[in-house]
Amino acid sequence: MTTPEAIKGYIEQGLNCDYVHVEGDGRHFEAVIVSTAFQGKSMVQQHQMVYGVLGDRMREEIHALSMKTFTPEQWSNRI
Amino acid sequence: MDQIVLERIRQTVTGNPIVLYMKGTPQFPQCGFSGLAAQVLRACGVTEYVAVNVLADAEIYENLKYYANWPTFPQLYLKGELIGGSDIMKDLYEKGELQKLVESAKAP
Repeated sequence: MTTPEAIKGYIEQGLNCDYVHVEGDGRHFEAVIVSTAFQGKSMVQQHQMVYGVLGDRMREEIHALSMKTFTPEQWSNRI
Repeated sequence: MDQIVLERIRQTVTGNPIVLYMKGTPQFPQCGFSGLAAQVLRACGVTEYVAVNVLADAEIYENLKYYANWPTFPQLYLKGELIGGSDIMKDLYEKGELQKLVESAKAP
């Protein structure tokens, strides 16, 4: 069963991130991801980048991943 | 990856203004996320759209993830473009942006 720490590791390996936080129950996961790579990208493009990094693990191990993606600027001036 | 199925997907999403690939149907969604997507479309006042039940079409179920590099369901397409899954649909709806996107998709 996949753990939040494992997913955090997969994301960090493929994307240089300022901050990654993952929670989940083994099938459904929630992630907050902050990366400079998201700059100038639409939300769906940002999520596609994360799915690209997770690759096929996404289908087999992870049933659902809710994501909140931020650029460092967005993250620093969130409410 | 099956090119013929990908072409079938391309024709569906470009041939129809609003297409929702989901698990189950709008009336009987088989997954919470798919149910949410149908609900959000209803809240946007969308009554006519193409809903594809991926649980009833193994070829689509297996190949859709390759079409727009999006591995989960549901998936909303407006005028052939992937808008996102239920997360993004809900977020866009809350910002009032999904309503605008849907209106422009419905316009001839």
